[in-house]
This record gives sequence, structure tokens and C-alpha cells, in this order.
Amino acid sequence: MKNKKTGAGWLSNSYIALIMIFLYAPILVLMIYSFNESKSRSGWAGFSLHWYRELFKNDAIISALLVTLFVAFVSAILATVIGTLAAIGIQSMKSSSKTAIMNFTYVPVVSPEIVMGVSLMLLFVLLRMESGLITLVLAHVTFNLPYVILSVMPKLRQMDKHLFDAAMDLGCTPGMAFRKVMLPEIMPGIITGFLMALTFSLDDFNVSYFVSGDKFQTLPILIYSMTRRRVSPEINALSAIIFVIVLLVLIIVNVQDARREKQLRRKEAALNE
Amino acid sequence: MRSRITAAPYLLWAVLFIVIPLVLVAVFAFTNTGGGFTLENFKNSADYAPVIFNSIWLSMIATAICLVIAYPLAYVISRRSAGSQRTMIMLIMLPMWMNFLLRTYAWMTLLENNGLINKLLGFLGLGPFEMINTQGAVVLGMVYNYLPFMILPLYSVMVKIENSLVEAASDLGCSASDTMKHVLLPLSMPGVTTGIIMVFVPSVSTFVISRMLGGGSFMLIGDLIEMQFLGNAYNPNLGAAISMVLMFIILICMALTNLFKDPEEKEGLLL
Repeated sequence: MKNKKTGAGWLSNSYIALIMIFLYAPILVLMIYSFNESKSRSGWAGFSLHWYRELFKNDAIISALLVTLFVAFVSAILATVIGTLAAIGIQSMKSSSKTAIMNFTYVPVVSPEIVMGVSLMLLFVLLRMESGLITLVLAHVTFNLPYVILSVMPKLRQMDKHLFDAAMDLGCTPGMAFRKVMLPEIMPGIITGFLMALTFSLDDFNVSYFVSGDKFQTLPILIYSMTRRRVSPEINALSAIIFVIVLLVLIIVNVQDARREKQLRRKEAALNE
Repeated sequence: MRSRITAAPYLLWAVLFIVIPLVLVAVFAFTNTGGGFTLENFKNSADYAPVIFNSIWLSMIATAICLVIAYPLAYVISRRSAGSQRTMIMLIMLPMWMNFLLRTYAWMTLLENNGLINKLLGFLGLGPFEMINTQGAVVLGMVYNYLPFMILPLYSVMVKIENSLVEAASDLGCSASDTMKHVLLPLSMPGVTTGIIMVFVPSVSTFVISRMLGGGSFMLIGDLIEMQFLGNAYNPNLGAAISMVLMFIILICMALTNLFKDPEEKEGLLL
């Protein structure tokens, strides 16, 4: 019996390893090539930081980065505010209209991004709005809103309905009750929603591509135009930097989570004594 | 609580930027450049039937491959200790945080005629194989980019299936395949349907993967639409009609997988 178990364990370990190699090998190759002196991808011409220097000299990349960050933060903040208010409103609706609106909220989530892109493009053309920062922000808020609503809703459902009423009975104005009672309860959902909106926005290509125009390129759009030229080793350097940043952020978040969990457990243990 | 009114800005936003644009797509699809009603656009999009069927076919292959790879993986991960589960899920999500253009570009470099894979095969005395600019490369790109979308929903349902259930089934005389058929599969079905949608929808509507790994030698629906709006073939009316065809395909796919069961269940899976 035990033998069989370790046999299966070996099999599952190697299966996981295989998938991880599949997921990471391409990225690692890209990162290794970012240190390649030569422009060609076929040979290794020695270690160099040449492409990193080129990357930081490239004004187009720096300005695309700024556009991306601006659009991401503005649209994530707007989506968080509108989405949180929407979730609160939807939560207090009758169950039938609640279901209807929630089903409607899924439309942008499940519909293909390219359709959202071209439909918004048609709207902006019809309204004679010039493609640029404003159209980018409008589009990003639109696809971010569902994610904020979907992260805040579960927290609202978990909250005791009577807490808000109790606060009002005890003399809170609705605004105070919102700030002192409801907001702290649903804050984790709001933060999750904001972070999701931010990452979706930073990452978006399919919608931005149709509404960005020529003047304002986001980073993904610039990357796309760079891949059109067959060889552009700066992309390798850029990938390596992005990968390291993402890795660091995830590690920090996970370590903090683990630490918080440990503290919580210690507190629980202390209380139980 | 009388706070229904706070949903008003969202509803206004949704009407302005989701409903009206979609109505516009429909209007464009049913009109000609002069604005008169016509079915010509749909008739013309029928000319592209081979492209449309090819897109559906390639996306179905990619979705099937993802399911076959992800199902055992999700199960194996869900049987691990909590800490190990968290690490693995993080490792699976990490590549998703890199832009998909960069991930696809990585495969471009690997699959090239003088790329790393052909180099390695060369050492073994094989090849070089023509890998880039083939349909296989496009399917590979879809699988690579969207595999995590299949793994995560499958994992989130499987982690809720208790080990004792599987053990009980085998104690009661189920063979491994019976346990699979009668216990695991029914319980993991919501994850399977979500995973299929989450892989199929972006696959069937992509225009980047086909262009980067297919080299523009053949087109998918996404390329067709993009060409009508931003490309040389500028014709938003035809593009709108093809967009409607695309949405129709996706609706059929969803009806088939019956996603609209329980909104609260879906919510848990998507997040």
C-alpha cells in the first residue's frame, strides 16, 4: 500500500514539474537572451547589459510606461468608486432586479474583448471623440467595473444587514454609518477589486488597441508594435524586468499573508488559553 | 436601507459604454455605408466561412488540450498540503501576470526556424522543422496563454471535494475509473464548464496569437474583425457583422456548457 502511494507521488511530482517547465521555460529563455550581446537569437555572443541600456534610452518605452500607469491608476480608482457604490445599491435591491443586474454585469466579463474594443471604437467615432487618454480611461473603467462589483458583492452579503440599521438607530447619519460601519466591513473586497482593476488595466491590449489612437500608446501596444519588427532584443530585457517585478510583488504579498496568518493563529492560541 | 440610488452611476455607465456600443455594432451590421437597411454584410461574411470554421476548430482543439492537461494537474494539486497548494497556485498564476504579448513573443523566438528548439533538435540530428507560421504553433500559443484559465477554476472546485469521498467510493468497490465517472467528474463539472468558457472565448476571438505565431499566413475571426476596423480592408459594417457572428458562436458555446446556472456559484469561480 505504502509503495503504491509513493509511486503515485513520484508520478504526480513529475507531472507538476513537467507543466512548470512548460510554463516557465519560454520566459526563462527570453530572460537569458536579454543578456546576449548579439542581436541574433540563434547564437550566444557573450554576456552584456547592452539591451537594458538601449531599453532605458528608448523614449517611446518610457512615455508608454507613463501612459500605462496613468490610465491604470485613474481607471482603477474611478472603477473602484463607481463599482463599490453600485454593489451597495444592487445589494439593497429586490432579489429579481438584483439577479437581472448581476447577470448583466457578467456581459463584459464573458464577451470577447475584441467586440468590446470595436464597439467602443464605434461609439467614440460616432461621438467624434478623438482617440487618446480620455477614450483609454473610459474603456478601461468599462471593463474594470464588473471585477470591482464582483469582489465587493460577497463582502456585502457576508455583512450583517442589521449593523447599518443599528448604527442609524444609535444616531449615526447615513454617511457616518457608511464610513464607520459598512466601509471597514467591505474594505477587503474594495481593495481586491481595486488591485484586480489595476492589473487588468496594466495588462490590457485587446481593448486599448482599438481606442488608443496614434498619439498615446500603452506599454502592451508598444510591445505589439515592437514584435512586428522581427527582432527586437529590448523586449527580452523588458520581459526580464517585468518578470522580476511581478515575482517580487507576489513574494512580498505572500510572505505578508503568511505572517498575518501566523499572527492570527498566535492570537487565537493566546485567547484559547 | 434605501441606498438603491447609489447604483445609478454604474447603470448609467453601463448603458452608455456597454449597451449603446453593442447596439451600435448591431446597427452597423444591418446597414450599408449609406445607412440603409441591408443583409449584405452577413451575406459577405459567409464568404469567410472557412476562416470562421477554422477558428472554431483550432480553439476547440486548444480547449480540449487544456482540459486534458489541466484536469489531472488540478486534482493532484488539490490533494497537497495547504502550504504546498498555495505555492503551486502562485506559480501557475505568475506567468499570467506577464503580458500575453511577451509570453507569445517568447514562443516566437523558440519556434523559429533557427530558434532554440530547432537548434536542440539539430544536435540530435533532427530537423530543422518548420514550426512557426503553422496552425500547430497557433494552437500551442492558445494552450500556453490560456492554460491557467483552465487550471484555476478546476482547482477551485476540486479543493472542495473531500478525500474521504474518493476513499469511500473505492472502499465501496468502485474502480478508479468508476470513481472518476461517478464521483469526481460530476462534482468537478462546474469547474470544467467555467474552464472551457474561459479558454474557448479568448482563443476563438484572438487576433494577436494568430498573427504572431501564424505569421499572417492564415487568419482567424479576430484577424478578420481587426482588418475591417483598423486594417486596409476598412469596412466597419462588415466588421460589425462578423463581430455579431463571433458573439453568436460564443453564446452557443455558453448555452452548450450551460454557464448560467447559479450566479453566486459563478462568482466564486471567477474570483
